[in-house]
Amino acid sequence: MKLNLKSLFTGIAATAIVWSASAAETVKVGVLHSLSGTMAISETSLKDVLLFTFDEINKSGGVMGKMIEPVVVDPASNWPLFAEKAEELLVKDKVSVVFGCWTSVSRKSVLPKFEQHNGLLFYPVQYEGEELSKNIFYTAEAVNQQAIPAVAYMLAEGKKKFYLVGSDYVYPRTTNKILKKYLQMKGIPESDIIEIYTPFGHTDYQTIVAQIKKFAGGGNACVISTLNGDTNVPFFKEFANAGLTSENCPVVSFSISEDEFRGLPAKQLAGHLGCWTYFMSVKTPENDKFVGDFMSWIKDPKVTGTSYKVSGVDPKGRVTCSPMNLSRMGVHLWKQAVEKAGSFDVDKVRVALIGQKFKGPVAEVTMQENHHLINNVFIGETLPTGQFKVIKTFKDVAAEPFSDMFLK
Amino acid sequence: MAGKFSQRELLIVGLLAFIGLVLLPCLNAFVPAGNPLHVSTFALSVYGKYLTYAVLALGVNLLWGYTGILSLGQCLFFSLGGYALGMYLMLQIGKLGQYQKEIPDFMVFLEYEAKYPATGGLPAHWIPFRNFGFAALMMIVVPAVVAYGFGFLAFRSRIKGVYFSILSQALTYAASLMFFRNDFTFGGNNGLTDFKFILGHDINSPVTKRTLYICSGLLLLGVYVFCRWITSTRFGMIQRAIRDSENRVLFSGYATANFKLFVFVAAAIIAGLGGALFVPQVGIINPSEMSPEKSLEAIVWVAVGGRGNLLGPIIGAIGINSLKSYATHAFAEQWPYVLGLLFIFVTLFMPKGVVGLPAQFREIWRRFKNRNQTADLPKAVIAPTAEAEKPLQPTGKE
Repeated sequence: MKLNLKSLFTGIAATAIVWSASAAETVKVGVLHSLSGTMAISETSLKDVLLFTFDEINKSGGVMGKMIEPVVVDPASNWPLFAEKAEELLVKDKVSVVFGCWTSVSRKSVLPKFEQHNGLLFYPVQYEGEELSKNIFYTAEAVNQQAIPAVAYMLAEGKKKFYLVGSDYVYPRTTNKILKKYLQMKGIPESDIIEIYTPFGHTDYQTIVAQIKKFAGGGNACVISTLNGDTNVPFFKEFANAGLTSENCPVVSFSISEDEFRGLPAKQLAGHLGCWTYFMSVKTPENDKFVGDFMSWIKDPKVTGTSYKVSGVDPKGRVTCSPMNLSRMGVHLWKQAVEKAGSFDVDKVRVALIGQKFKGPVAEVTMQENHHLINNVFIGETLPTGQFKVIKTFKDVAAEPFSDMFLK
Repeated sequence: MAGKFSQRELLIVGLLAFIGLVLLPCLNAFVPAGNPLHVSTFALSVYGKYLTYAVLALGVNLLWGYTGILSLGQCLFFSLGGYALGMYLMLQIGKLGQYQKEIPDFMVFLEYEAKYPATGGLPAHWIPFRNFGFAALMMIVVPAVVAYGFGFLAFRSRIKGVYFSILSQALTYAASLMFFRNDFTFGGNNGLTDFKFILGHDINSPVTKRTLYICSGLLLLGVYVFCRWITSTRFGMIQRAIRDSENRVLFSGYATANFKLFVFVAAAIIAGLGGALFVPQVGIINPSEMSPEKSLEAIVWVAVGGRGNLLGPIIGAIGINSLKSYATHAFAEQWPYVLGLLFIFVTLFMPKGVVGLPAQFREIWRRFKNRNQTADLPKAVIAPTAEAEKPLQPTGKE
């Protein structure tokens, strides 16, 4: 009996050693993006670029010699499911870091889970700020890295009247609130700023466009749009029908990147402006390599060094865009921080991340103490191909999540 | 059998209640983590979520399975119950929010302090929700009042069948659009989230989570007993009569509209209570919970589990949601196909759902036996005479 027990224990111990040895070769990393439901159209591209980045890193030796093993889950555009999947990744899979979320509501839904279990989340999509969690790193554009530079550019172009139109979400609300204060600081009277919100899925823009037409009569007006997704189609159609053009009343949109043009008719938006920290069309050797590598990866997608089977990658008409670039840079920043800390421990990595620099495709970025990046900001003119032509660059803009800090 | 449980049912329900209400919480509380028998707090809170879904499904079943009213808006009542408790939870956060103010974060950023200066930024209808008792009352009253108003108008105008379904769907969609608006003072698209305390306890502590889970289990058991009781009374008989032929019931002198209204309000209250326990366990409530798809999902659970009996909806709700939780992790890319095929299969081949399976198998077995016996019998006996038919009939001992 004793002998039996002893051999049993040795057996268990041996298995444990073998298991931990094989586990030591990989490091689990969570991918938390909706692959089904309403957000899938945007978020699937981020899952693709994350897997591409894992492959890229694994090919060059992994993170501290360990291969990144992706754990991909589908929170299905369902906010309570986001919280469940986040907790599952942290508690059951025990991932070292999670890359994910697109909408603010999904981030708000998972934030308590990351704080409770001391996890680490990288969030890559432009957002409204007014939040700072010790467990989240925001590679995303803050309001002062997108909206403020865009409006500053418009002011420099001689625009005096601003029409702020957005979907009734938190991001447009906050952005416009900040813009309004900023414009008033720059001497624009309140009567020359109109702020309006349309409900989710709104399609009838006749009244609003008529109002814009009247507003833009003097020729010195512009529209700042935070309309999201599908509602842009009827808006720009109505806009063109009313005889408004980028010449007499330019529109700056903050929610349309190259990836959105895969599903939107770009012709109607040609000439109007976009503002991001990355454009696919920026010519640098690093960007050429990123775009080239990604395009060849999607033809034969795999994650080197793991048994993970990549599926569901759409090879047709692919582009790169700012959220994709920010996702990828997040992974590289994390890798560098882990190697600096010499550990996957969240508390150590969190400290090591501060001050971490990465030479990205279009700029060298630095992670600041406020968990946001210093990054270049570009204003681009939409081309009929769905690409952007850069017309203005702001160098090294330091993101600041809280508007009180930059509206002083 | 009015009001009484059959012995078999008592055994099944008692066993399930013991496992759910005693065994699992004990395995969570007293078995150390690392032991293979340990149930993690995470798992328990996920099961708690399923239980609240099962409560919702029982309400749907009371309406659809027993009364023949297909409401595609039950998640509205679920969400209203959730919002009622969510408002209380928001006011318990205190100064632990991003802005460290007494009022919820979204109110700070929408500048409510300037809008409602008299109350320090809190809209008047939020104030009583500081009191848990009031919030608890509202979880019941708000869904009931909305259901009564809508049901009264719909049933009085004799809106039935598919028209009622469409209207109920429109109602929940309209409500979701309304809650989406930030000016509606309920947090807009982001809804209510980042709760910290409930009745003075840390909402994320294992003890609170376990308590919430047990509460969900008790609620489910309570709703089950209520449904069993009501469907076995004379009221329940009229309910089923309305389902099978409303006009006959109406012409027999029953005011069917009142019966339907009662069931509709009862189902709304059940949904609201489920929603109220759902919110603290998942940590968020927002308007997307009111979208018509969510109500359709609840219909699917009931259809898959089997409607018109009480165990089916519970099996459907817990089964499908467990499957979804499992599949979104194990087959992140393919799971919608898996679930979709399952639903098609159930609709085509399992009209009575999972709980109807034993009866379906018995039927298949009977036919199979029949055919074999028919083949073995001498030709003369096959002739359709009364004597020959008899032994081929099922014995009917079930």
